[in-house]
Amino acid sequence: MGKRSVQLDELISQEYRHGFYTPLDVDDVPRGLSEDVIRVISAKKQEPAFMLEWRLKAFRHWLTMTEPHWATVHHPPIDYQDIVYYSAPRGKADGPQSLAEVDPELLRTYEKLGVPLQERELLAGVAVDAVFDSVSVATTFKEKLGELGIIFCSFSEAVRNHPDLVQEYLGSVVPYTDNFFATLNSAVFSDGSFCYIPPGVRCPMELSTYFRINARNTGQFERTLIIADRGAYVSYLEGCTAPMRDENQLHAAVVELIAREGAQIKYSTVQNWYPGDKDGKGGIYNFVTKRGDCREANSKISWTQVETGSAITWKYPSVILRGDNSVGEFHSVALTNHWQQADTGTKMIHLGRNTRSTILSKGISAGHGSNAYRGLVKVAKSAAGARNYTQCDSLLLGDRCAAHTFPYIEVKNPTARVEHEASTSRIGEDQLFYCQSRGISAEDAVSLIVSGFCKEVFRQLPMEFAVEAQKLLGVSLEGSIG
Amino acid sequence: MRIGPEEPCVPGFVSAYPSLAVQLPGATLPWLRRSRDEALERFAALGLPTTRDEDWKYTSVAAIARRVFRVDAASDVSDEVRAVVLLHVIEGTHRMVFVDGHFMPGLSQPAPLPTTLPQGARICSLAQAVEARVDDVESVFASADDAADGFTALNAAFWSDGAWIDLAAGVALEAPVHLLFVTTRSDSACFPRNLIRAGEGASATVIEHHVGPDGASYLSDTVTRIVLGRGARIAHTKLQQEGRKAFHIADVAAEQGRDSAFLSHALAFGGQLSRAAIATRLGAEGCDAKLAGLYVGSGRQHIDHHTCIDHASPRGTSRELYKGVLDEAARAVFNGRVIVRPDAQRSDALQSNRNLLLSEDAEVDTKPQLEIWADDVKCAHGATVGQLDADQLHYLRARGIAEGDARALLIRAFAADALAGIEHGPLRVRLESLLPGALPETV
Amino acid sequence: MLEIRNLHVTVDDKPILRGLDLEVRAGEVHAIMGPNGSGKSTLAYVLAGREGYVVTQGEIRYMGRDLLALAPEERAREGIFLAFQYPVEIPGVANVYLLKAALNAMRRHRGESELDAVDFLALVKGKLKLMDMDEALLYRAVNEGFSGGEKKRNEILQMAVLEPRLAILDETDSGLDIDALKVVANGVNAMRSPERAMILVTHYQRLLDYIRPDRVHVLALGRIALSGGPDLAQDLERRGYGWVEAEAQKRHAASAGGPG
Repeated sequence: MGKRSVQLDELISQEYRHGFYTPLDVDDVPRGLSEDVIRVISAKKQEPAFMLEWRLKAFRHWLTMTEPHWATVHHPPIDYQDIVYYSAPRGKADGPQSLAEVDPELLRTYEKLGVPLQERELLAGVAVDAVFDSVSVATTFKEKLGELGIIFCSFSEAVRNHPDLVQEYLGSVVPYTDNFFATLNSAVFSDGSFCYIPPGVRCPMELSTYFRINARNTGQFERTLIIADRGAYVSYLEGCTAPMRDENQLHAAVVELIAREGAQIKYSTVQNWYPGDKDGKGGIYNFVTKRGDCREANSKISWTQVETGSAITWKYPSVILRGDNSVGEFHSVALTNHWQQADTGTKMIHLGRNTRSTILSKGISAGHGSNAYRGLVKVAKSAAGARNYTQCDSLLLGDRCAAHTFPYIEVKNPTARVEHEASTSRIGEDQLFYCQSRGISAEDAVSLIVSGFCKEVFRQLPMEFAVEAQKLLGVSLEGSIG
Repeated sequence: MRIGPEEPCVPGFVSAYPSLAVQLPGATLPWLRRSRDEALERFAALGLPTTRDEDWKYTSVAAIARRVFRVDAASDVSDEVRAVVLLHVIEGTHRMVFVDGHFMPGLSQPAPLPTTLPQGARICSLAQAVEARVDDVESVFASADDAADGFTALNAAFWSDGAWIDLAAGVALEAPVHLLFVTTRSDSACFPRNLIRAGEGASATVIEHHVGPDGASYLSDTVTRIVLGRGARIAHTKLQQEGRKAFHIADVAAEQGRDSAFLSHALAFGGQLSRAAIATRLGAEGCDAKLAGLYVGSGRQHIDHHTCIDHASPRGTSRELYKGVLDEAARAVFNGRVIVRPDAQRSDALQSNRNLLLSEDAEVDTKPQLEIWADDVKCAHGATVGQLDADQLHYLRARGIAEGDARALLIRAFAADALAGIEHGPLRVRLESLLPGALPETV
Repeated sequence: MLEIRNLHVTVDDKPILRGLDLEVRAGEVHAIMGPNGSGKSTLAYVLAGREGYVVTQGEIRYMGRDLLALAPEERAREGIFLAFQYPVEIPGVANVYLLKAALNAMRRHRGESELDAVDFLALVKGKLKLMDMDEALLYRAVNEGFSGGEKKRNEILQMAVLEPRLAILDETDSGLDIDALKVVANGVNAMRSPERAMILVTHYQRLLDYIRPDRVHVLALGRIALSGGPDLAQDLERRGYGWVEAEAQKRHAASAGGPG
């Protein structure tokens, strides 16, 4: 077995591919957090009074809260006064109006990341909102979507142009009091994506946001709000990367999804924030609150995530199944290599009758990586006929990694049926040798087996991103076995 | 005679300790006095757990904390108590009876015990063992970790008696040992403590049985520690039939030596609030642990089981199956931890928790958890919550069985599964015979 | 094609093979027989390059090259195929996917173009028929939930698709009923050709009733103790392995100057 490790060690080691830094002239605020900083951010974004009020309420509440420590993750204390809460590439005060106005340096950055913003070069049928540090720098396909009544723009733009929608829905799924990081986000969030699909409209293309942290010592606090009105459908994807740095950077995002009667939202994430180096130095702290609300009957929200990056991932994309017959899904692949830590899972809160949820979680641990599934399935008294099926599988590559499963199941209705299954296994030496003796290299064999392990989740991703996710997994695993 | 606390639980016990301690077994032994003093300090510092503690998230003991409990001294046994004991006798066992926390040699069978035991087996009350300065009692005590929470600390400070079972290498006890704990009075608190040690290759079946009258509200706070030597085999069956108003808090922990086998069955039928923590540590190579449980609740009963199987060494195997049947407004909590430590390669663990909810108001919170720190392992767990299977019910009815009978049949089959692993035949039959009375009556 | 000289192999520091010599030429079928624990499977694993089998002495030349210098996948690409005694289950990886990945790895290695899905499927379906296998097996995960017979057939199917130069069949007959054995034997016989060599590792003579070998070798105490023509197998079936072992023991004692 020792020998196998040595051999597989040699398969290393490609560096993080998105670790470059783009030197840009930036507009930022001094380090630290205070009401003044929040006022400055709000003013820079020309926000209406209700937004500033909301931010300040959140900030005041945040001051009464303490950082949570119940997850199985460990990190040195975060100095919240040593973070820059706003940083934006300098440009026109109200942001670029079209791609032609975007700094060419920025466009090159996105091209390098494989996300060309020029519409003609785009993957067919994908509209992109690109968020760079604190602000959205470009949103493509806006007009085409506008013809259908779909609003897809940066959050700042939505606050200015659709204040009624923002005011109605903002914080209606994740209130500003929700948890330490969500509350911090509510106070300081700088931008993000906003999306509204009008009744009966099926969004004809994938919508996506590409998040990039570039500046040093900044935190990224974006907020995404997606509303699918009655009978609407949207498929949404986010991707994220950051430069390689020795310091840890904080990313505390909030995503709120609202599905009204018969609406469907499919939200996919390929998260590849900088994970830190092989000794565990640097990397992003990814402390994210994502929650969907199946607010009315027959709605459906499904989360799919592929988490390969970040030094620490702490996120539980959840669904509140409020409407009768609503459906919640969570499909996840979380990979931790080197010293990465992930504590991730979901919450399915069954409130409506005949609500159904499915949870499929695949955790892969390698190196000194630690991977925990933490999930809550709650069936309220009102949720007659609720159904949940949960499957959590862990794959271990190496003898210094860890995999944990913490399912919480709370059932208050006798007609509910809840099932949880979990297993832990490893890539067997014999499986590797079998593949090798059929002419397949050890490296390919590992990725073959890992892909097989993750197949059911990848199947949920839009085609182009499934391919990307699979590649990413291969890269992230390199140098993993030792 | 009743002694002690005039105030609610925590301050009451703390202030009553000085006057009580001098009357407890082994009061003149410095090591034991020190152990009790330290435990009281821990208790005073810890207090009783609250729902803010992750391990007590779903079980509130506020009702215990509010109460004033007294500690009863040994008293004469009434005919009523004799009748209760007779009712619970299990034939063919070595029986030790404890009433309100005190050993009753006159009710125990056969008396005196040691003559009917094989050479190398010693069974006596813990107070006797301590007073007689039996070798090693102190070391078994010292190995017990009683700081886990306020209840184990409270027991360590106040324990009045319990069983001392010590088996030398190679001793196999054929007849089970039946430890019957009877609590008779309302507002009393008793603190049984059992120590079981099995030497190399020794084996025994021990039944720890708790009973009390339905009308009395009392606290039974029990601790059992089991040490298994190399190749030893202990089957421990805990049968909880406390009165319907009782509080029952139990903590059973085993420490397993190489190639040893620990077989635990926990049956919980009584009490208004009961909690059993059952843990085993597979401390050396090749251990085998089987944990099974059955909890049945109705009325407003609250039943909590916390199990922990700690694979601390390579090549251990564990199997766990807990089943629950909840009717009316009963609430059950199951929390099963399986830990596989970094060097515990080749561990093989299976865990399963299944619950039947029979009524609108019944509730279950289950949290099976796996914590894996080694890679060459086979671990799986599962949990289900649901109703009786409609297809099975329909099938039976289609064969002419009345709905009520069909339901009873299915419930009994569901429950009996948890007893299947009891190796001692007569004991299993006896326990199975309790099921019809314990399971909800169906219409 | 294959020359093994004075091969010594240890597993976990325990000597298993102790000076084995064997020569196999193209077109030949050799049977390696021997009692349990004689080192038959070790030989198969060493040829395929399994980790943990340490060659302490001797050499193996394959097509004139040093075989031991090659990684397992390189050996496979050079035409060595091991049909496993216990084929491995790989959950989530479709059987057909493994076959295609393996075949195309070999074609790339030989400088041939990769087969597209259509040509590949046509090829595989032909071979499936030969092995009397259900097409559905292609789309199931590799060996997962296969019966013992299905696993063995699947191994021979892989062999038929990959068309090796040197095939080593490790106890392919074990656990097969007579019908399955015939199917497997037919598959193997169909593959016999002047360019291809085969080594059949087996405990029983049964397989050799259906696949007639050119040479039979008996392994005892880590060496070839006896070699002969096809009739030797029947001899062994009648007389058992005891006498061969006893003789090997004697010889071993003589050569080592004392009881080993």
